[in-house]
Amino acid sequence: MMHVGRVSRIRGFVLVMVALQPLMTGHAAAVDAPSGGTEVGNFMLSNGMQVVVIPDHRVPVVTQLIMYKVGAADDPPGKSGIAHFLEHLMFKATKQHPAGEFKAKIAEVGGRQNAFTSSDYTGYYQVVTPEALSTMMEFEADRMRNVVLSDAVIMSERNVILEERRSRIEASPQALLDEETRATLYQNHPYRVPMIGWMHEMEQLDRGDAMAFYDRYYAPNNAILVLAGDVDIAALGELAEETYGTIPRRELPPRVRPQEPEQNTKRTVALTDPRVTVPSFEKSWVGASFRTAEAGEIEALELLAETLGRGPRSRFYQELVVKRGIASSVDADFDGDSLDASSFTVSASPRGDAKIETVEDAIDAEIRKIVEAGVTDVELESAKNRLVRSWTFVRDSQTEMAALYGTALATGRTVQDVQNWPERIRAVTPKEVQAVAIKYLKSERSVAGYLLPPEDASSGD
Amino acid sequence: MMNMFHRLPLGAAKSLLVVLVFLSPAATPARAAMAIQQVETTSGIKAWLVEDYTVPMVTIQFAFRGGSTQDPPGREGSVNLMSELLLEGAGDLDSDAFRQQLDDIGAEIGLSAGLDAVQGSLQVPVDRKDDAFDLLRLAIERPRFDQAPMDRVRAQIVTGITAKAKDPLAVSNVVWMKEIYGDHPYSRPVQGSPESLAAATTSDLKALHNRVFARSNLVIAVTGAIDADALKSAMDQIFGRLPAESSLMPVSETAPKLAQFISLPYDLPQNELLLAYPGVSLKDPQFFAAYLMNHILGGDAFMSRLWNEVREKRGLTYGINSYLELGDHASALLIRTATRADRAGETLSIIDTEIKRMADEGVTEEELEMAKETVIGGYAIHNLTSSVQTANTLVGIQLKNLDIDFIDERQGLIEAVTVEDISSAAKRLLSAKPALMIVGPPLEGKKG
Repeated sequence: MMHVGRVSRIRGFVLVMVALQPLMTGHAAAVDAPSGGTEVGNFMLSNGMQVVVIPDHRVPVVTQLIMYKVGAADDPPGKSGIAHFLEHLMFKATKQHPAGEFKAKIAEVGGRQNAFTSSDYTGYYQVVTPEALSTMMEFEADRMRNVVLSDAVIMSERNVILEERRSRIEASPQALLDEETRATLYQNHPYRVPMIGWMHEMEQLDRGDAMAFYDRYYAPNNAILVLAGDVDIAALGELAEETYGTIPRRELPPRVRPQEPEQNTKRTVALTDPRVTVPSFEKSWVGASFRTAEAGEIEALELLAETLGRGPRSRFYQELVVKRGIASSVDADFDGDSLDASSFTVSASPRGDAKIETVEDAIDAEIRKIVEAGVTDVELESAKNRLVRSWTFVRDSQTEMAALYGTALATGRTVQDVQNWPERIRAVTPKEVQAVAIKYLKSERSVAGYLLPPEDASSGD
Repeated sequence: MMNMFHRLPLGAAKSLLVVLVFLSPAATPARAAMAIQQVETTSGIKAWLVEDYTVPMVTIQFAFRGGSTQDPPGREGSVNLMSELLLEGAGDLDSDAFRQQLDDIGAEIGLSAGLDAVQGSLQVPVDRKDDAFDLLRLAIERPRFDQAPMDRVRAQIVTGITAKAKDPLAVSNVVWMKEIYGDHPYSRPVQGSPESLAAATTSDLKALHNRVFARSNLVIAVTGAIDADALKSAMDQIFGRLPAESSLMPVSETAPKLAQFISLPYDLPQNELLLAYPGVSLKDPQFFAAYLMNHILGGDAFMSRLWNEVREKRGLTYGINSYLELGDHASALLIRTATRADRAGETLSIIDTEIKRMADEGVTEEELEMAKETVIGGYAIHNLTSSVQTANTLVGIQLKNLDIDFIDERQGLIEAVTVEDISSAAKRLLSAKPALMIVGPPLEGKKG
């Protein structure tokens, strides 16, 4: 249940897409939660910045996460990687503070910090002691508007992102194939461009590109502040107004990206790489997002992925791994928490002497069974239970809770939406799961990806 | 009702079996304590418990000492395979029935083998905890090792090994351990090899299970919605019928083989660099000096000397760090980075310069003060922010044979370290000629 799919800079930070128990929401003030739930505060600053507060008083630790509603899919044409590059540059100097001062403040209390860029949002977080929170808010608010970039800083940090691309993408045949598959799956939407950027465009990114992007998108009315952990909701309103609240709102460009045309072709991407010994297969479709789908479709797609390929009770695992013994691993992946339609992907790797074509046929056959006959009441109930219980588990981590709300709100959902999620999962019927399988998993609009060993290589020496 | 995860006022500890851990030196003590209870059943099974009802779940983490070091020669990967099979049928339940029950209960059980221990975890919503405990008992005490799931799981592991057989980074990890640890069991891959796994039999695995899964080498930590009395019966229920004594093969103490150069030439856009210097064990009086020294050298992402010199100033890498590896039978200080191939020589020479500077000049008072603040204040932030993380930390402390008051004592031990202590530890560890591995295009004028 952990999805780190479309996030291109994560270290020690896990984004989790989970179900949430129904909760009450307050406006500017805390409201008691139903028993067993979590009280969540939700209010708006005068400049349009949204604030979400998730108290958890078990230990004296607090997470501040600020999410900007801008990501790699907002990179201007020809400037791929600029959202991510700017994320790196946000750790440099500001007008008030020389480079290194913010991180020294974090180090003083033993805090940890990082940032990440996805297609639709860019997040910055610190995990610190409660005493340090107001300082964190001051520094984070400061760098929303006051970053100063020299050409020397640009040069060395650009080298860092080029190394990051080599480490993350070029060092992994699977990552290279995923990149090519996305570029093929999306024919028009910027989701086709890698979040980290294409190498030749990254090499040209400069100070002007970074500042233009910063000035266009980094504003309080384009940000969500999530505070999770040992904090009091009541005390935070004033602090947030004093720090973030003084930053003037800005005119924002409309959040509209080129959309996909009607897709009518079955495409194939194959990558042969000497580092590969055992082939693997994946198939992707353009799916949907909460914003683009009809009511209930995302929940049904989540349950379809769960039923098809997640975990040892799934159909792929039972049929391909246990019963027929032709696959060593299987998976199905879908995450509706995106601004535009995200992808639905299934994958498998053959075991022993099994041919990759046999595995592909078996995967196709399992999908066809659901398209033709749907899912059973019993397996759907089990899948629902697994999704809903993951909410109990995610509540254990304040940073994961912060990421959960931050992600949802940055992709156009509301606190209420997040909290109603388990109810909506519970309401899905077998017919609805079958309906989204029929609607979205059409082989005539899919992309098959193959990761292959060189032809002359004997398998497994 | 005791809500032990909450801040207890000083003096709220009612018995000697409760230790208050101070989580934040900046806070007033009353605001920042967590209580760890030591619970012991009449049959002598011990666990550390942090009781808390914030989230309606129970987490159990446990470990049996004796990981892949217990693989018989020629049967490498057996402990790992045995651990993987515990969830593939136990008691009267075959693999499918066991998985079905686990899913119905809504619990998650995980088992994983390392070099020194087999670690396990259970997470379960509190309303199904008793059913989950019973399944965990079956898995641990009465695994079936049926032939069909064994053949399947073995084939999955073999496919995984084969799939990585030509991946430079995976290959380099295997080569590294072999070159560094020679004939010691640490040199063997935890997963074994296709050949050694082919030799495994179900009766071997049963015998191995009997040797390793016993009460004498078991440590347990529990967090969440359960009190001490309920935990006592749970521990007897889950672990009570295991053999009292394990029968582990003795494992010799060792040290990494330094002063060697390992080259793995591959056509790649980067060079992966790995260096090993002597390490220091937790029992060593210089441990905390070495720990702080490493923190300043390369342990602290964003702040360390290596980070500043290699990444921040020159942009030569996306990541560089150094860390103290603490095995039960060996220790080492490692430095790892990946850097563009045409400037790998430059990166190596910067690392070398920083190592020499640390060995020759040590650190400044300011650097040491900052490092102390970071590692003292950061303990809770890095180790105790969720009940899963807390349980994991508490199992780790027990595996290192440290006492229940370690977390509190740690602060004093760190505060006592002086710049002279750092210099002495730095000289001791960093004057050695390191082991160096370079993966990727061969360097021109490389040194080794």
